[in-house]
Amino acid sequence: MSDVTVVLFGEYGMDRAAQGVVGAGQRLQREGGGALHAVVVGPPAPGMIDALAALVDRIVVAGAGELAQYQPEGTLAVLAELLEPLSPGVVLLGNDTYSQEVTPRLAHRLGGSSLADAVAVGLEGGAVRATRSAYGGKALAVYELKRSPAVVWVRARALAPGEPTGRQAAVEEQTIAMPAASLRIVERKREAQAGVRLEEARVIVSGGRGLGGPEPFEALKTLASTIGAQTGASRAACDAGWVPPSWQVGQTGKKVAPELYLAIAISGASQHLLGMGDSKVIAAVNTDPDAPIFKHCSFGIVEDYRKVVPLLTEKLTELRK
Amino acid sequence: MKTLVCMKQVLDPDVPARDFQVDSEKKEAKRGSANLVTDIFSENALETALQLRQAAPGEITALCYGGEQGEDVLRKALAMTADHAVLVSREGGANPDPETVAKVLAAAVRKLGAFDLVLVGRESGDWGVGQTGGLLAAELGLPFLSLVDRIEVAAGGLRLRRQTDVGFEIAEGTPPALLTITNSESNVPRIPKTRDVMMSYRKPLTKWSLADLGLDAAALEDGRSFYEVVDLYVPKKDVRCEFVEGDSLEDKVDAFARRVAEVVNAVG
Repeated sequence: MSDVTVVLFGEYGMDRAAQGVVGAGQRLQREGGGALHAVVVGPPAPGMIDALAALVDRIVVAGAGELAQYQPEGTLAVLAELLEPLSPGVVLLGNDTYSQEVTPRLAHRLGGSSLADAVAVGLEGGAVRATRSAYGGKALAVYELKRSPAVVWVRARALAPGEPTGRQAAVEEQTIAMPAASLRIVERKREAQAGVRLEEARVIVSGGRGLGGPEPFEALKTLASTIGAQTGASRAACDAGWVPPSWQVGQTGKKVAPELYLAIAISGASQHLLGMGDSKVIAAVNTDPDAPIFKHCSFGIVEDYRKVVPLLTEKLTELRK
Repeated sequence: MKTLVCMKQVLDPDVPARDFQVDSEKKEAKRGSANLVTDIFSENALETALQLRQAAPGEITALCYGGEQGEDVLRKALAMTADHAVLVSREGGANPDPETVAKVLAAAVRKLGAFDLVLVGRESGDWGVGQTGGLLAAELGLPFLSLVDRIEVAAGGLRLRRQTDVGFEIAEGTPPALLTITNSESNVPRIPKTRDVMMSYRKPLTKWSLADLGLDAAALEDGRSFYEVVDLYVPKKDVRCEFVEGDSLEDKVDAFARRVAEVVNAVG
């Protein structure tokens, strides 16, 4: 099959997503033979290259300072230039905004095929196949990518990390400049949710339409803080303007894979499921015992969240002392 | 500002899971009792274009590559007050891959003339792969930005707001550009006024075949040279929900809290 290349952004370091992408790369490499390369764009976070060197065969770093600022045209051009000589059969990326954005055009530029949000990638008779949710989480679809390279961004947190190879990868620095472009990102704003991105979060507490307004989400944040969780929301809550769009989980927002997903007043319509269906444990608070969410839960409580949330916050504060 | 909005028709994604069935031969969802609807992100895209037209006057063309019923998508677009509508007829049976769709849409865009903006939904409610926008930008050689939820015109250029995994970004540039649009509180699609619904039947709806675009239907509509769905199934759920028990609310919440703490402590 030939080589596998994983694409990582220096600013994220070896976060859980990077670990998942590299793990997937290792497993593919074992199936198909060939080498596992890592391409790192932008100055690598401290410790990243050392950690990566234990997991892959070769690292190419384009670490110039200007590359720390992703640009849709510029970063795409840099990636194409880095990947062309490597000639991989598969290119894997994570589920961050930039990886998702470059995927289709990178495939086009390299003459390959692309796919998004894969939860499994493997080989079948020499062909690259990937599995992902479809139809709003109601079904699983297996795709065969017809052209090489197969450029796939994966739901990285859902994939197991890699294992040390016992060797140290060669590290090569490359100097590539970003070409100018007519469309440029000029401002970058983080929304006021301290902590990790939802895609990285190990525990998520999420609220839905049933919360009725922005204030109940404050109570959810307090609950979340007792268990070190991040807060998320359904599309309805985001469209109503109760929470920022970056909180949105579901087919139409983030695709997450935490260890625990706590759904508060969320009915579990399938669009939301596509976002959180890969959570290890799902639990819910809902007044309706027939709410679809419960079909995906390990445990649940049939009560009004307004009564549950303050009490739950109190009890968890005690339990976590 | 001359804007083109690509609009997709899909099976209603709000069909409940219990009514959802897979056609394992065709490797797609069975129609069943589901309605065909305009994909929600396509509507967000059209709404964004309509709001932009107030600030930057110009014409909006809605474009759909679909079966006969694609006309419904376009009539609704005209009822929302798009100016023009074009249907490119899908003749083949198999679901075309995104590269096929991008090639067809690109041919239609070229035939329609130069646009300042091409808008595409970020992904669709059926397959949701979200590759078509990027591939179309590549086909047309247009600058590309995804997840845009706000477009402003400022000093002869564009000022865009787009969502990211941690917040949002502002981008600036000059047209032309292709943008994928995502939902926000500011682009919830308008409901057409009754009068506009009636007027929409008077507006012209252009219909093209692939041959009209100089494309070879037989070669193109095999639609699987980029990727192919080789299996589609509804996974079995082996999770049984345990509803916490207790005599009082306090007891139930206590039991629930213990379960939560157990999982969280194991996570570390």
